[in-house]
Amino acid sequence: MAQVQPNLIMLVLFAIFVNNYVLSQFLGICPFLGVSKKVETAAGMGAAVIFVMSLASAVTYFVYNLILVKLGIEYLYNIAFILVIAALVQLVEMFIKKSSPSLYQALGVYLPLITTNCAVLGVAVVNMQKNYTFIASVLNGFGGAVGFALAIILFAGIRERIEFNSIPKPFQGFPIALVTATLMSLAFLGFQGLIKI
Amino acid sequence: MGNPIKIIKNGIVDENPTFRQVIGMCPTLAVTSSAINGIGMGLSTAAVLICSNVVISLLRKIIPDKVRIPAFVVVIASFVTIVQFLLQAYVPFLNDALGLYIPLIVVNCIILGRAEAFASKNNAVDSFFDGIGMGLGFTVALTVLGLVREFLGGGTLFGIAVLPEAFPDTLMMIMSPGAFLTLGVLMAILNYFTNKKSA
Repeated sequence: MAQVQPNLIMLVLFAIFVNNYVLSQFLGICPFLGVSKKVETAAGMGAAVIFVMSLASAVTYFVYNLILVKLGIEYLYNIAFILVIAALVQLVEMFIKKSSPSLYQALGVYLPLITTNCAVLGVAVVNMQKNYTFIASVLNGFGGAVGFALAIILFAGIRERIEFNSIPKPFQGFPIALVTATLMSLAFLGFQGLIKI
Repeated sequence: MGNPIKIIKNGIVDENPTFRQVIGMCPTLAVTSSAINGIGMGLSTAAVLICSNVVISLLRKIIPDKVRIPAFVVVIASFVTIVQFLLQAYVPFLNDALGLYIPLIVVNCIILGRAEAFASKNNAVDSFFDGIGMGLGFTVALTVLGLVREFLGGGTLFGIAVLPEAFPDTLMMIMSPGAFLTLGVLMAILNYFTNKKSA
């Protein structure tokens, strides 16, 4: 089967705005709601996701095309991908710890959390299903992660302000966060139809 | 523990994964544009959860503590693959509707969470009932969300038209913002009643 390579710039923009993983695909909601109380932590999480997701897209591409397809065991992709991602996160963590302690200080706590970020596995599965080329896969992962970072940082900014308002008691905590996400999602809906791939 | 009814009730009411623990949010929001999708996703997840709970609980003395998370993930991923094949073969329409979110059951925090918090500490029978309770709790939550969104968004319940034609559809409810809104409001309503009860 021939591999697909759409217009690369459009692909990245599409992944960031139109097909935003958090606000229109609902991938990575757990960290989105969990670590978005402060802008600083949200930015740390966003940076860690950008790093791991781009890398995971590249590695899963090779695992799928060079190992699974060659051996004819494509149906095991799910098991293979999740193991690769878990191992990759561990490896990245160890590598950063040794090579750049300051970066480790900044990203450290967020790295293990990324294994359970479904956006990472989601992007690997989408790349496989759409049969993207290597470059398209990596850029799709990168764009998706930038979209995630954008959404979580904006969301954290809004939540920081909401803290100081008087919220009706039943809405305190998660419900008001979800209502905030509703409005953000509505805003992002405005990008729909902007780019077609 | 040991009382099956108590364990099941715990999963559906006291520790409902969606409304009380707020975990497993991705599929909850993504697939509940109709009630039938909600039930399908809930039951698929429940099936994986029950199987993985039992197997992990049986293996809990064999798996070394240090590699337990990767081991759990492999068990879960295997069952997800099985469920995916079963859906493809017997209910293809559901498989198409749920699409990407079926392989993503692997990273549903409910399943790994229960493996870590319950199955790795309790015997197989208790874990089985815990799986049923949590699975049903998840299914109930997804079905309720699906019903509300389908009713407001398309005027149907389980695909059957219940509102008159003239009633305008609120398309937003079946699109992505509607998912966040419905869950947020439902949670607030639940909070309101729990606060009232405890006050």
